[in-house]
Amino acid sequence: MKYMDEFRDPTLVQAVIAELWRTAVRPHVIMEICGGQTHAIVRSGLDRLLPPGLTLAHGPGCPVCVTPLETLDQAMAIACRPDVIFTSYGDMLRVPGSDGDLFGVRARGGDVRVVYSPLDAVRLAQENPARQVVFFAIGFETTAPANATSVVQARRLGLRNFTILASQVCVPGAMRAILSSPDNRVEAFLAAGHVCTVMGWREYTPIAREHGVPIVVTGFEPLDIARGILLAVKQLEAGRAEVENAYERVVTEPGNPGAQTAVREVFRVGDRVWRGLGVIPDGGLHLRDEWSEFDAAKRFDVSRVKPVESPICIAGEILKGLRLPADCPAFDDPCTPDHPLGATMVSAEGTCNAYHRYGRGREETE
Amino acid sequence: MSGAADPRGFACPPPPPRHDRIILGHGGGGRLTAELIERLFLPRFGNDILAQGDDAALLTLREPLPAGARLALTTDAHIVRPLFFPGGDIGRLAVCGTVNDLAMVGARPLGLAAAFVIEEGLESELLTRVADSMRDAAREAGVTIVAGDTKVAERGKVDGLYVATAAVGVVPPGRSARAAGARSGDAVLVSGTLGEHGLAVLAARGDLALRTAVESDVAPLGGLVEALYAAGIDIHALRDPTRGGLAAAVNEIAARSGVGVTLEETAIPVRREVRAACEVLGFDPLHLPNEGKLVAFVPQAQAERALATMRGHPRGAAAVAIGHAEAAPPGRVLMRTPYGTTRVVEVPAGELLPRIC
Repeated sequence: MKYMDEFRDPTLVQAVIAELWRTAVRPHVIMEICGGQTHAIVRSGLDRLLPPGLTLAHGPGCPVCVTPLETLDQAMAIACRPDVIFTSYGDMLRVPGSDGDLFGVRARGGDVRVVYSPLDAVRLAQENPARQVVFFAIGFETTAPANATSVVQARRLGLRNFTILASQVCVPGAMRAILSSPDNRVEAFLAAGHVCTVMGWREYTPIAREHGVPIVVTGFEPLDIARGILLAVKQLEAGRAEVENAYERVVTEPGNPGAQTAVREVFRVGDRVWRGLGVIPDGGLHLRDEWSEFDAAKRFDVSRVKPVESPICIAGEILKGLRLPADCPAFDDPCTPDHPLGATMVSAEGTCNAYHRYGRGREETE
Repeated sequence: MSGAADPRGFACPPPPPRHDRIILGHGGGGRLTAELIERLFLPRFGNDILAQGDDAALLTLREPLPAGARLALTTDAHIVRPLFFPGGDIGRLAVCGTVNDLAMVGARPLGLAAAFVIEEGLESELLTRVADSMRDAAREAGVTIVAGDTKVAERGKVDGLYVATAAVGVVPPGRSARAAGARSGDAVLVSGTLGEHGLAVLAARGDLALRTAVESDVAPLGGLVEALYAAGIDIHALRDPTRGGLAAAVNEIAARSGVGVTLEETAIPVRREVRAACEVLGFDPLHLPNEGKLVAFVPQAQAERALATMRGHPRGAAAVAIGHAEAAPPGRVLMRTPYGTTRVVEVPAGELLPRIC
């Protein structure tokens, strides 16, 4: 905790902000990738302390938000089956599919359980040999090692009743997609510190070079984020485009090679649909063919799932950092965390959710 | 408390229940039910009113109610897993939760009723411990358990034990604490650190992959409220921030009273262990339930006296001021961050769900 308080110290944060005011001469748009960072920024109001002209665009780094509606509908179709114990991280339960959410499935008799690790789901499969146990394996590079391990573990135990429904996404593909978009305005990235603890930052070097954007590996406390922004602005002002590490206390250049090996053994990189963004080349992970017996989408017939997205919601443009929640006609009414129309309102790490939760635009009104 | 080892002790311990597990017959209204009441509940809750064995408790007022006094009635259902958690159990929770609801409108309790819905197969020893705990909590809260009921549901139809309660109390004349009573210019006070009950119960479930020494704060608050009134504090609004935590309680007062509330983030008291666990799990301590804390809106001029009074009471030793109410923006709760910015404090959605990464 001492460690944490240090990185929230208002005096230290204000000193970095003051330096930012001295450093930022020209206007810039910087995108924080991770929804956890967006949350911290809006919660602390850090974006309101920035010099004029310096804009933070909120990125797509929210695993719940970018899980495709189709996958959610598949999850619900599987969870309804009487022979299935469907397991998931807690915050997926409230995410609405085309027709209701997993809480609704549970209320109608589906066996839906919250687990805190995919290995808990493997244990459930061991304890319930007559049931099919499915784990909803979603997330970024941070959750991939544990999800991969669960499959390895299931094979080692000879389990024939354990599968995962995977929506595993990777950051670099999304960064390239954003930078390649014709209407892109992002000039620099704050890379997600958690992801880099696993992956290191070598994979960002070619992106920085090819697209000419500074990329700063950044943590999650207000001081971390302020320092990340400062380093990015210094690069922009100096015309540099490099990968820098502002999260030295946690992240190293190679990351965690053991975790990377575990992921590579089970998953291969491939194109993936991101909710709101569409198909992203190399945007995620797929189970390798030799592990396909653990793929829930193959074990269960989910072919009848036909997802329907809201026509009003602008989540896709918000995830690309092109627009803000206030630009959406549905923001706060009728779209709220209790009745979300789209990806960015559903999760605690979604941009619309953060803006709603901390009342952006509502401080002075009824 | 058992006098078994003390030869001078002359109080007979109550005879143990004859069955080591509750069976369906214990809820059937026949001899087994009578035995359960006589052997388990009566020796613990025993009082003249309960001992009458009538269908309804007859409460005799020692003196007529003064003009302007009002009766307060509240009811509560208690479901908690596990039944015993660090710092408390379902019995203590049931008694405290109910008398605290009375205290929040300034009422002094007259009597409490409790209905037990028991799962077939529950160990009698466990039910006994719950009853022991209710007896102790009732004594601590100064309330008598005057009525009760017992039902047994088939195994699997109930998760161990549910306790439903109701309580009646008297609000002396002149007390006007209401959820709608906050006024512009009020100071917002809390009686102590937040979030401990919620975290203790979540951790006790054992599936959070989290070990913590944090104990539930479950406790009766009537004494603390009486101390405030005795000190002449004109309490405008009072809430115990249970489900939904401080965020829900203050939002409700702001909305019902039509005032704007500004809280100071640095002033909100949260113990380090609770804050650290919340960081890991993605919880906001302001959303975690409390069962032994209150939030009070009092006139700014009385704030220091109210704080001193609370700090002189064991249930309010860590009391602090956390904010103030103003006329605008009505119904809105703002948090001032240590960085000089503000944000809106929202009512939490419902269930507490740990985040993914």
